[in-house]
Amino acid sequence: MTVKELAEHEGFEPVCLPEPERVIEGGYCGDLLSWVMGRAKTAQAWVTIMSNVNIAAVATLCDVAVIVLSENVSPDAGVRETAEARGINIIKTPMPTFEAAALISTLI
Amino acid sequence: MRRAACSIQAGSSETGSDMSESVRFRFNVDGSNFTTAGQASVQVKKNLRELGIPADAIRRVSIAMYEGEINMVIHAHGGEAEVIVFEDRIEIILSDRGPGIPNIELAMKEGYSTAPDNIRSLGFGAGMGLPNMKRYTDDMKIETELGKGTTITMTVRF
Repeated sequence: MTVKELAEHEGFEPVCLPEPERVIEGGYCGDLLSWVMGRAKTAQAWVTIMSNVNIAAVATLCDVAVIVLSENVSPDAGVRETAEARGINIIKTPMPTFEAAALISTLI
Repeated sequence: MRRAACSIQAGSSETGSDMSESVRFRFNVDGSNFTTAGQASVQVKKNLRELGIPADAIRRVSIAMYEGEINMVIHAHGGEAEVIVFEDRIEIILSDRGPGIPNIELAMKEGYSTAPDNIRSLGFGAGMGLPNMKRYTDDMKIETELGKGTTITMTVRF
């Protein structure tokens, strides 16, 4: 499944999609950035409630396909611009992390 | 605001005895602003990609350097980062003039952190910084002196 397809799925909403055709090949859930840094893998969907600009750096370095902000969290000021500039896709959802991850798991 | 500045230099290596050709990247890590933390690591990742370095090595260098960068911002008001690319390995040298590390053994323990609450609320301070740096590199050397600063040298082979 591509990031664009996930963003269009019911329950998800695009925040910014500079690379919409990236394919999602798995997922990772976590809010501690160092933990995520060490474990998230290339092309995964990273589900988190963390919304500060450092998520863009972590996503870039881990090369995840998309950041999925759960619990209706919105990105802090400047995150969208940074993500656009770095080619980081961000999607948001009102679902809790567990439900979002479970649904993504069935979709990909 | 002082931002991470990068200078790139290609030439003969002065490190070690092999004297092979190397490429160096140097960065000033801004210690005053968390919103710019990680800039040097992101730039290094881009540079290493352009040099055709294997993806796994780039990932390991990026993670280790980002953790180091964050540590320098949290604890040492910034510092300097140097990345040297050899034919078979990458060396990362991070140096700061911060307070130094009082107990390296404790600092290396997963979950141990002295980061303040405001840093933790940003998702850092999980006590994974130094352990991640060690895990993702082949060699890591810590030189620290209380009140003077810390220099960490890491090597990633590929």
